[in-house]
Amino acid sequence: MHSIYQAIEQLSLGPWGRDILFALAVLVVAAAVFMVALTIAGVLVWVERRVAGRVQSRIGPNRVGPIGILQWLADGLKLFMKEDLIPECADRPLYRLAPYLLMVGVFGAFAAVPFGQALIAADLNVGILYILAVTSLSAVGILMSGWASNNKWSLLGGIRSAAQIVSYEVPAALGVLSVVLLAGTLQMNGTEMAPGIIRSQGGWPWQWYIFHNPFALVAFFVYFTAAVAEGNRTPFDLPEAESELVAGFNTEYSGMRFAGFFLAEFANVYLMSAVATTLFFGGWQVPGLTPAEMQSSPWLQLLGLAVFVAKAGVGCFVVVWIRWTFPRLRVDQLMGLCYRYLIPIGFACLLGNAAYLLLVPAGSLADNVVHWATAAFGLLVLALFFWRVGYHLRRSGERLDLDLLARGRRGPFEPRWQHRAWGAHRRQAAKEA
Amino acid sequence: MKLSLADLLFYAVAVATLTTAAYAVFTRNIVRAVFSLLGTFFGMAILYGMLSADFVAVVQVLVYVGGILVLLLFAVMLTANIESARLSSPAAGWSWGLLAAVATGIILLPLALEAPWLQRELDVAGPGTATIGRSLLGNMLLPFEAVSVVLLGVVIGAVVVARLRRGGQDGEVQR
Repeated sequence: MHSIYQAIEQLSLGPWGRDILFALAVLVVAAAVFMVALTIAGVLVWVERRVAGRVQSRIGPNRVGPIGILQWLADGLKLFMKEDLIPECADRPLYRLAPYLLMVGVFGAFAAVPFGQALIAADLNVGILYILAVTSLSAVGILMSGWASNNKWSLLGGIRSAAQIVSYEVPAALGVLSVVLLAGTLQMNGTEMAPGIIRSQGGWPWQWYIFHNPFALVAFFVYFTAAVAEGNRTPFDLPEAESELVAGFNTEYSGMRFAGFFLAEFANVYLMSAVATTLFFGGWQVPGLTPAEMQSSPWLQLLGLAVFVAKAGVGCFVVVWIRWTFPRLRVDQLMGLCYRYLIPIGFACLLGNAAYLLLVPAGSLADNVVHWATAAFGLLVLALFFWRVGYHLRRSGERLDLDLLARGRRGPFEPRWQHRAWGAHRRQAAKEA
Repeated sequence: MKLSLADLLFYAVAVATLTTAAYAVFTRNIVRAVFSLLGTFFGMAILYGMLSADFVAVVQVLVYVGGILVLLLFAVMLTANIESARLSSPAAGWSWGLLAAVATGIILLPLALEAPWLQRELDVAGPGTATIGRSLLGNMLLPFEAVSVVLLGVVIGAVVVARLRRGGQDGEVQR
């Protein structure tokens, strides 16, 4: 954006021509960011449904387009053509306004998401703080929709959601603050002379802020948990708990307004993954290349974009995976988790990071050893996790065979000594069938 | 005086800010009054942004929209029978309100007219965070710490008040 401004500045138009051209450029960039965010949200809806299908041993949407990837377009078209119902006693202006507020809160934040070295709509000096601030607008939108619907489920859902967002904003901000402390800036990309958060990390895992020191590692988990809770995602989806509140604050909404809520939720999933990627996982930095080397070549820029999207994609997958794995918390557990655990841990991380910066000189041998050791520890845990999951998959087979369970045979998690007999069970079942 | 696009934008935002503020004061629907404050807070954030005070603008949104507005909404929504309450501007308050407004106006108007306003072109992307941080931990350290002590007192007070009410005859929700 800044480069566009400079380009317009050089055109030697009058002050009015310059201003209008700049305003137009701002509008075009904003529209482009909005389109990209909408597409991401749409594709994420499809990813969520496919992953859910896989987790629940069913197929999921696979009819529209190859492996169903265009399902979100069909859904959008359907919602677009639906009647826009407004309840009789709703507060009409507020009811109409609420989805837009929520969308502004989420999609507005995409303006500061650094997709690549040059691919950032506005590399603000206060980038990460801007994202935190703008997303807090969604709490007002949710409260507004809950109130304006004139429906007790909506109101309860709205109040629950706002309470949740306001509470979890604190640990999320503490997690972010740890990184701000390490980077010494709020800017996302920055320049060669004044590096932002991404530029002061590197391409390799041990250069990422998540592995900067043990406290940063914990800070990541504090941030990620709080971000999932702020996004009203299961296991923190009390505001839309189907079994209690129908659909919470969006119960009364239909058609495009409902689609607005829905897309904002999924865009938010991507947003939190993108912020985590930026803060903790080195953003668009490609291993083995410096930002200065990447700057010269558009292909390397695209490679950076691919790296960023891949990292954020992994984050999105984890969020979806969490949703279909964990049961919902109770309200008191939710608030207890925030105020009794995440906030104290967040403060401890902040102090720990500050102490680390104070005691260990940056770039010294001890500093590097800590980076390496933390990265090795993190990757070891990850490897152990995958090994364990693979072990369980090997042992039990990929799918839970309800047919076998129904016939009184052992389930997939049989004792170790019967492990070998499992294949025989299966073959016999196949034979019987 | 030559009008530029930025000036027009300023007037538009200023009018929107004042309109929503006036609506918040004069409407009889208290929920809508709170929601219209959203426009006021946001307009002020935009004005700060136009003054190139990026940090203040963002904090304005973060604190006022994300925190204070939501708390106001909670207070309004958790009050019983709020729909029937018509608290806003009862007739008796008019005279006192007018008096206060005129008194404030008498003080502010000469100041506004005589102040030597800054006339220079504003730096578009001047970093504000570093300056604010230095002064908060430098010259302004004592006021900064005093404010944090006040806030700590408020937090403790809030916890005490909440505790007192929970220990009352309402009974605590058992976990």
